[in-house]
Amino acid sequence: MTQLLESVFGGLSIGSVLLLAALGLAIVFGLMGVINMAHGEFMMIGAYTTFVVQNALKKTPLSELYIFLALIAAFIVAALLGLVLERTVVRYLYGRPLETLLATWGVSLILQQFIRSVSWQFVAGVGTFCLLFFGGSWVLARRPNFEQIRGWAIAVLGLLSALIALVFSNILGQTFKLAVTKPWFGTQGVDVTAPKWLRGGLPIGDYQLPYTRLFIIVLTAACVFGIYWFLNKTPWGLRIRAVTQNRSMSACLGIPTKTVDALTFALGSGLAGVAGVAVSLLGSVSSNTGQAYIVDAFMVVVVGGVGKLIGSIVAAGAIGLVSYVIGSNALGPFVSFSPFLKSFFEFFATASMAKVMVFALIIVFLQFRPAGLFPQKGRTVDA
Amino acid sequence: MTVETVDAVVDIPYGLAARKRRKALLLETAIVLGVAALLLFIVPPVMAALGQGVRINQLGRFLALAIAALGIDLIWGFTGLLSLGHGIFFALGGYALAMYLQLQLPPGQIPEFFTLYGVTELPAFWQPFYSLPFTLVAIVLIPALVAAVLGYLVFRNRIRGVYFSILTQAALIVFFNFFNGQQKLINGTNGLKTDTSTIFGIQVSDPRVQTTFYVLSILFLVGGYFLCRWLTSGRLGRVLVAIRDDETRVRFSGYNPTGYKVFVFAISAALAGVAGALYTVQSGIITPKAMDVAFSIEMVIWVALGGRATLIGAILGTLIVNFARTLLSEQFPEFWLFFQGALFLVVVTVLPMGILGWLRGDGMNLLRSLLGRRKRVETYPSLEEDPEVQYERETLGDRESDR
Repeated sequence: MTQLLESVFGGLSIGSVLLLAALGLAIVFGLMGVINMAHGEFMMIGAYTTFVVQNALKKTPLSELYIFLALIAAFIVAALLGLVLERTVVRYLYGRPLETLLATWGVSLILQQFIRSVSWQFVAGVGTFCLLFFGGSWVLARRPNFEQIRGWAIAVLGLLSALIALVFSNILGQTFKLAVTKPWFGTQGVDVTAPKWLRGGLPIGDYQLPYTRLFIIVLTAACVFGIYWFLNKTPWGLRIRAVTQNRSMSACLGIPTKTVDALTFALGSGLAGVAGVAVSLLGSVSSNTGQAYIVDAFMVVVVGGVGKLIGSIVAAGAIGLVSYVIGSNALGPFVSFSPFLKSFFEFFATASMAKVMVFALIIVFLQFRPAGLFPQKGRTVDA
Repeated sequence: MTVETVDAVVDIPYGLAARKRRKALLLETAIVLGVAALLLFIVPPVMAALGQGVRINQLGRFLALAIAALGIDLIWGFTGLLSLGHGIFFALGGYALAMYLQLQLPPGQIPEFFTLYGVTELPAFWQPFYSLPFTLVAIVLIPALVAAVLGYLVFRNRIRGVYFSILTQAALIVFFNFFNGQQKLINGTNGLKTDTSTIFGIQVSDPRVQTTFYVLSILFLVGGYFLCRWLTSGRLGRVLVAIRDDETRVRFSGYNPTGYKVFVFAISAALAGVAGALYTVQSGIITPKAMDVAFSIEMVIWVALGGRATLIGAILGTLIVNFARTLLSEQFPEFWLFFQGALFLVVVTVLPMGILGWLRGDGMNLLRSLLGRRKRVETYPSLEEDPEVQYERETLGDRESDR
């Protein structure tokens, strides 16, 4: 009995992290057909935000409740970042999902290296460049003949600003030395310690149910209910659902589809930030934290089917449960009558080998339901 | 009336075009062979004279990678399927050759790493790699078979687009986990070293062997290029492009795209396998890192930078990116990722057709305008040069409803 409970709970907790990671991805993919490869990096940003908030509140009376502030901060930071990404890159690539995938992968590489090498010197350099470049183009754009000189102006301005920024940050580095050149986070991972009331666990029989896992399950449930409420009860949720189902008809009926896109992208990114807070409670956070979750989250989206919240929930639960049951060899005792089956399950009884098995099962599953568990019903030919 | 006479009648206008095409083909062949000869006979001695002998080895490795890029161009550029899992096939080819090299031992011995994990008997699947012919076939066939099986299961259900990319990436991670975790079978994380083993009685790291593999890389690259060129210029190529542009319509015309897609996926995987084998010998080691997610996506950007569906562009892009990487990471190691990320962004947003595509379109026009000549007109002048039409075309995409 305890073992059954343990495997169900273990699967549930893996599934809830997966669901949290996949939720934002699924919404964005369902709406725009865009795969955001930087989603994992938004999670990482959320985790680092947690770290920053924790350190900032260390000496204050709020230090025990920092996790709630971190949730809000992570959501806002990731959502703003997502908004910037949508406005500057993704917006120009709608209708070309494969290109968007590559572009967001580029963004994810940049974000990873940014976290590793960000320092005051770095920030000053980038800030100078942005100020000079965008300020300069703003000034130039007022000239009547801007369209004619655009190519040259941007090239010259970009080169000049880059040069000035480089020289400026070098001088800064040489005058203040380590005070400005020391990376904020560095390549080493950082650790977030859970507040006191989240340590330990709830004993059930001889099994302990860690409070952090419990917290993550509750958090996931809250997020799912929040999203459900948002999508079904608010005017913007209605608009998002309408655009998901039929973009051109929604546009005809006066729904500002571009605003809906931007909003949804920000929302999805914000959810990634929240997922990052959850992930930071589970272990050390480093610049490639996001990479570990992203493909599993994709698999949830693929199995669940596009555009349905319930699909993601069921898929995350199923994948979490299956990978936990296989990974912990919970099936082993049941098949001990056959030595072949026993050794077969023992072979797959690690976290990474369980992934192999889960993938095989997903491929088999897709043979029967190629469009996922709950496909979008409609009259399109390609469905 | 026999068939021959009908053909003869039709042949008069058709023959002119055919002759023109044959002439272009001959010219292309001559250029490719010329470049190959340059790489074979001129570059090595010149580099050696300049004291840059290391670069030859790098060039050999990058040329091997270019073979894999050709495969990606075949499947992404021509068929529109973005595979993010080509690292699997690359690594499978590499491992096949590395296993053969590991087995070049006195009879009765097994590779050293096995004893570290307490394995005393050679696992069964290693046995066939004692034979060179089997290994050579395996380098091509194992990746192709894996791709065909995976492709059949995926394409049969009309899974495509982003779904296909995600599935191939997941498959990549699965293979990575498998190779990374099996210490006892294939030395897990550490991978298989090849530079200390011998081939035909000579050590692999010996310059003579390395030169041989440099030459082999060039020969296989030229062979791969002509294979892809032949595949894409015939009827098969037309069907592939049709699948890329509108698969539904292809199906409605009575074709079954599944077979074509499985075939091209398998060919592309075989090319990646050959590339992996050649790369492994020249870099001295194969590890599961070859199945890194980042590496497989990087292969795609080589093709994107050079120009999709151009073949030459794939080779060009591979060389440019890889040399840029070596130079940049020698100078500033931490900037490479920034640069690579920016490359992804720039190629996708500013250079969607790659360098070659730009050269053919805007680049040519720029050159013409610099020379003081008029822009090349592709359709009717009234459509391309009318300012009103231009304005309409520019503003069309900005409308709210139009996307």
